[in-house]
Amino acid sequence: MTERQILIGKTVAHVLCLMPALDLVRIYRNGSLVAQADPVNFITHFTGDWALWLLLAGLAITPLRRLSQGVGWQGLNGLVRFRRMVGLYAFFYATLHLLTYVLLFSGYNVPAAFAGLEAGRLLEPWRQLQIIWPAILDDVRKRRFIQVGFAAWLILLTLAATSPRGVLQAIGGRNWQRLHRLVYLAGALACVHYWWLVKTGVRTPWKVTAVLTVLLGVRVAFGMRKRNSIPPERRKKGNREATGVLT
Amino acid sequence: MLLLTRRETEIPSSEITPKETYEAFELNRRQLMKGLGAAGVAMALTRKARAELKIDDLVATRYTAPDRATTPEQMAKSYNNFYEFGEEKSDPAKNAHTLVTYPWNVKVEGLVAKPRTFEFGELFHLQPMQQRVYRFRCVEAWSMVIPWDGFPLSELIKLVEPLPKAKFVQFLSLENRKEEILPYGIPWPYSEGLRMDEAMNPLTLLTFGSYGETLANQQGAPVRVIVPWKYGFKSPKSIVKIKFVEHMPPTTWNELAPNEYGFYSNVNPQVDHPRWSQAHERLLNAYTLFPKVVPTLMFNGYGDQVASMYAGMNLRKDF
Repeated sequence: MTERQILIGKTVAHVLCLMPALDLVRIYRNGSLVAQADPVNFITHFTGDWALWLLLAGLAITPLRRLSQGVGWQGLNGLVRFRRMVGLYAFFYATLHLLTYVLLFSGYNVPAAFAGLEAGRLLEPWRQLQIIWPAILDDVRKRRFIQVGFAAWLILLTLAATSPRGVLQAIGGRNWQRLHRLVYLAGALACVHYWWLVKTGVRTPWKVTAVLTVLLGVRVAFGMRKRNSIPPERRKKGNREATGVLT
Repeated sequence: MLLLTRRETEIPSSEITPKETYEAFELNRRQLMKGLGAAGVAMALTRKARAELKIDDLVATRYTAPDRATTPEQMAKSYNNFYEFGEEKSDPAKNAHTLVTYPWNVKVEGLVAKPRTFEFGELFHLQPMQQRVYRFRCVEAWSMVIPWDGFPLSELIKLVEPLPKAKFVQFLSLENRKEEILPYGIPWPYSEGLRMDEAMNPLTLLTFGSYGETLANQQGAPVRVIVPWKYGFKSPKSIVKIKFVEHMPPTTWNELAPNEYGFYSNVNPQVDHPRWSQAHERLLNAYTLFPKVVPTLMFNGYGDQVASMYAGMNLRKDF
């Protein structure tokens, strides 16, 4: 891909990644969100779904590139330039998902918080949070599906915080890459979060789980091939030259 | 039957709808017979006959929920857990149009002196239809307030004369792959059950309609049971069989996840679901982005009428 193509591609990708959020704003404004019986439930699922889908999309980039190289096509090499962006959007939706839980699901009194702000009581939102905080803590302590979901979010937070180029240079490409392999764990935790959330007998999470499994499987297969392709005398030292971080 | 008398909450007379006269329902028997006779020929005819079973007038009752606004009708009919028609709560409203609710029979069998199959029209006209506004609490921690139309299940039970050995009542819902999706992972048909005293409790409503209209397909048409002090899944839909048995019958969600859904599943703010607290509920009775989250009431607020049935039981163990 030429620089120009990447620039255009990035613009398109930004628009695409923002579209779900904009759509949420749109259906809020035209009233169809509130016309639903349980908008809170809808928003929770909507933001959770997009976080997971974008996470999987980010994980799919490297395998896609490798596969395309495998058949001798270099056209997808530029795709890796989109990986960080897709990952950051996954974090964005995961954060919206978490905020939905804290602000809408838990019983947080949003209207009261707004009313307080309008009346000039700037601490009212904080006061409202204090009211429901014990219930949230109790929830987190007791529910393992919340724990794994929260763990996945913490991983995404870490990766987002270390995503700037400066951080990469500061901690070194190899460390950075090791750290960012945690994204696979985040994906797995997110799927577990989903499975533990749905009722026994409900199988809606199977599609995302299948996609994640394939992506992980492809990664393992590549890893094994790479190892086999390294001459034995060099294996001990590890494959140092192989990884520019963004490959 | 013992255990029939219950102390009931006094509701201020101002809360009682003044209209007192009882009313029954019109059935155009000729149309009905025509529909029945021309079976196969005329879907249209049966549809028409079905349409003749209208809830024309309702006996007002003192079962109201003055503390909570009624859920808008459209909301109650667009947000349903009816897994036969899909796993999302918007699925039943989309998919349940394929359910054929007429003709319909309900077979009553098991430990009864007079087993009998009721043709739907018979059942419908058994008793005057009452309107009862009940709080409806889903196990998923949301709730609605819905006016149901029906009559006490006990009226039907008395008619078939249960034998002394009958200790439980099992309800089986329709299982029909042609009309329903029946997702994998759940053993069909849907089965629910009540202890005999629970089934005989005056609150337990054999339900044919809501909001003054016959039940929408996605609500479990044409006939279901509503048990307002229990989580919603204890109120089975589209019932085709009622069985009187000696032992606690297997029930669908209890079999799938016994640690999450007990046989009794009385609404109880003190016993959490393993994955969420049951202390509060999202009250879905207004179109808003910020629904009220209200404390859940013991027995969904029907303790006066039902608590005595569970005296001496450990409701943490028998949840």
